[in-house]
Amino acid sequence: MSVTNLILVTLLLTFLYFVFGRQKAFAVAKTSGGLQGMHSLPSHYGAYVAVWCALPALAIIVGWKLFEPTVIDSMLASSIPDSVHELGEKSVALYRNEINNAVDSNNIASLTDPVKQATATRLASLQNSAMLGLFVLVLCTVIALGVFALKRITPDMTARHRVESVVRSFLFISATIAILTTVGIVLSVLFESLRFFSQVNLIDFVTGLNWSPQTAIRADQVGSTGAFGAIPLFTGTLLISFIAMLVAVPFGLMSAIYLAEYATPRVRAIVKPLLEMLAGIPTVVYGVFAALTVAPLIKDIGSAVGLSVASESALAAGLVMGIMIIPFVSSLSDDVITAVPQSMRDGSFGLGATHSETIRKVVIPAALPGIVGGILLAVSRAIGETMIVVMAAGLAANLTANPLEAVTTVTVQIVTLLTGDQEFDSTKTLAAFALGLMLFVITLVLNVIALYVVRRYREQYE
Amino acid sequence: MSNNTTEKVRASLQKRYFKEKVFRSIGVVAIVASLSFLVVLLGSIIYKGYPAFKASYIQLDVTLTEETLDVSADAEDSELRRANYLGAIRTALRERFPEVTKRGDKRNLYRLISSGAEYALSDFMMEDRSRFGQTHSLWLLADDEADALLKRNKDLTKPIRTGENAKNKDALITRLNTDQLGWLQSFKEAGETDVRLASTFFTNGDSREAEQAGIRAALIGSAYTLLITFVLSFPIAVAAAIYLEEFAPQNKFTDIVEVNINNLAAVPSIVFGLLGLAVFINYLQLPRSAPVVGGIVLSLMTLPTIIISSRAALKAVPPSIREAARGLGASPVQVVTHHVLPLAMPGILTGTIIGLAQALGETAPLLMIGMVAFIVDIPNSVTDPATVLPVQVFLWADAPERAFTERTSGAILVLLAFLVVMNLTAVLLRKKFERRW
Repeated sequence: MSVTNLILVTLLLTFLYFVFGRQKAFAVAKTSGGLQGMHSLPSHYGAYVAVWCALPALAIIVGWKLFEPTVIDSMLASSIPDSVHELGEKSVALYRNEINNAVDSNNIASLTDPVKQATATRLASLQNSAMLGLFVLVLCTVIALGVFALKRITPDMTARHRVESVVRSFLFISATIAILTTVGIVLSVLFESLRFFSQVNLIDFVTGLNWSPQTAIRADQVGSTGAFGAIPLFTGTLLISFIAMLVAVPFGLMSAIYLAEYATPRVRAIVKPLLEMLAGIPTVVYGVFAALTVAPLIKDIGSAVGLSVASESALAAGLVMGIMIIPFVSSLSDDVITAVPQSMRDGSFGLGATHSETIRKVVIPAALPGIVGGILLAVSRAIGETMIVVMAAGLAANLTANPLEAVTTVTVQIVTLLTGDQEFDSTKTLAAFALGLMLFVITLVLNVIALYVVRRYREQYE
Repeated sequence: MSNNTTEKVRASLQKRYFKEKVFRSIGVVAIVASLSFLVVLLGSIIYKGYPAFKASYIQLDVTLTEETLDVSADAEDSELRRANYLGAIRTALRERFPEVTKRGDKRNLYRLISSGAEYALSDFMMEDRSRFGQTHSLWLLADDEADALLKRNKDLTKPIRTGENAKNKDALITRLNTDQLGWLQSFKEAGETDVRLASTFFTNGDSREAEQAGIRAALIGSAYTLLITFVLSFPIAVAAAIYLEEFAPQNKFTDIVEVNINNLAAVPSIVFGLLGLAVFINYLQLPRSAPVVGGIVLSLMTLPTIIISSRAALKAVPPSIREAARGLGASPVQVVTHHVLPLAMPGILTGTIIGLAQALGETAPLLMIGMVAFIVDIPNSVTDPATVLPVQVFLWADAPERAFTERTSGAILVLLAFLVVMNLTAVLLRKKFERRW
């Protein structure tokens, strides 16, 4: 008896009711002058009955499961011994946790304390009766509503309209999920960030030059003061993104120009998908490449010419990130370059300009807004990129512009602050959400500007 | 005067043509460079990764008797299963090299065989109890350092690259010492080493020992996660696309939804991880590290991709089809379900596969929701702790043992193979069913 089984049973019943509804419609039609006399098709009546069965049942299951833990918790409170209650909230939670784990893993016998065993047995029986109750409730609802809906099948009943309005509401709700996601993102990072900023001053966060999120566990601890100045993270992010763009823009743009202006259709048909393969490779693969191949290579080259290069240099992460972004820049630029009207090129050729002169003096200036928009999108992508920097960039916040040194980035800090076991409420984990908020806002602004610029540019030539 | 201009132009022509050539070749160089990045990237991974699909074995005569195993012949199954197989292997090694007597040397000798060999031996014993009391000639998995040398068929008589040999490019890079190399060479000369296809790479979960680590758990985890992603994102995305293309009125709300979807497509993936952590794990108390949460997060992330491509596919269905259906009395919903949707389906599926391929390679949001756990057991349901292939790659890349490097690259090769298959399917689907009206 699990929820999955319950849902399967519900769906099976629903299907049966669909068949019954359809047959009922045929039967009704026979007695009332044929199918022409019916408002809708038989399958619409079937679907009508099915909707009546399935939707309330699924709503009950979801609602029940949302409230079940709270109700069971409060019912269990009485069987937790007073000695535990006296020790405070935390030990009650700990006690509950232990009981829950034992019951979940189906291993009550592993609890040595008989009091705990009793609590666990009670929890298990509560959970069982809850499951049984849900089962009975859902099945009764399905059967009763099905019978009710079957009764309503008459030639005048507008089954199709009703079913279609359900379908259209489903379509509408699906479309709003995109908005709900955005709202969810904003609310979740905003709430945690507000809690963070109640502990750390916003001004200190935005202007502070020192980042060391290790908060002191003991009061007399040295060196773990927990400084949350985000400037080194932002400069690190910018440094790596800048190196990436130094690679991606020239290579991507020149590839796009060649593919759009010079390449024969055959070359284009081969090279374009190959370039896009670069975009299809998972970022973790680039991360491995950066950490295990490029970084040691740069270090070796550096030591050969007498430079000291950090083994997690910004250069390695930036270079590899640049390679990853090449196809991004090239396909966006390619789109805008091919959108430049042929008449402009013809005019330039007619005046005697060579092909490269036409490109440099006519095509690129005309396509510039679109190209800039594409580059902005690429920058936002570089700033938000995580895996390459997690694997190839450093962890220590370092305020430097030297690409041979190790720097850290916003995304690296989010990952290091949130992976591993720690309390969710500590300033450290809240700081990750504050960084996430900054990241979201920055990339959002870049995207909005870029999309606006690109759209304006497209309209210009449409 | 006009003559003068013509001459000026003529004089500059050579220079201009030269510039033209330079510009063109810069373009060629850019493309060649970009493609060679691709080749270097793939080449380095294939070169490093292919040994992961091979494993080295060492042949030993193992005696399974009362003395070596510490159990009697009539012991119960459970007792026999937990017998001292490690001891049996060690005895066999000592008998193979009776000249090794010092304790430290013995320890070094034992290190040639993988610590997982005892479990393989236990399985071998339990398969057939009549094997008790006999001596069997068995192939046992070699330990990672020995494995690395055997797999690449290195010359074991060369010096090790340490100390005075540090600059010697020809020397072996290994953590084994000269004694161990000597024993290994003796095995090799006797034909008692073998390199086979490593099935364990595909049948084992993660392990702390590189030679036993496999990708099975991660593969299953990826499959569960992707299943959840597909089940959630496909219906919702298609429904949203249908609404926006076919039913949405021209108003502010529709505009907001559209802008929203475009923006979501460009939100960094790690932010979706933060959403998953805050909402699904901390607020809704869903299990950490579970494929179900990973699937939900990834489906939110792939929704925009699938919506955008589904809308394009719906838009490509010509209006005349809708009008004809309407003219024959179909309702708007019937027009969509009977005519537009079936015609747009190949395009929608193509977009979905590409979206899922993206989700398969995604790592960062899954780190946030705790799918970075060390998973040995194969997950049995969508709520069991699991990891996924890209996260496994990330974990192995961080491991200090050198032997994990080849596992990392091997796992990447498997991941890339899946991505290639998915993308090829998408391309073929598009080629086969694409209709131009």
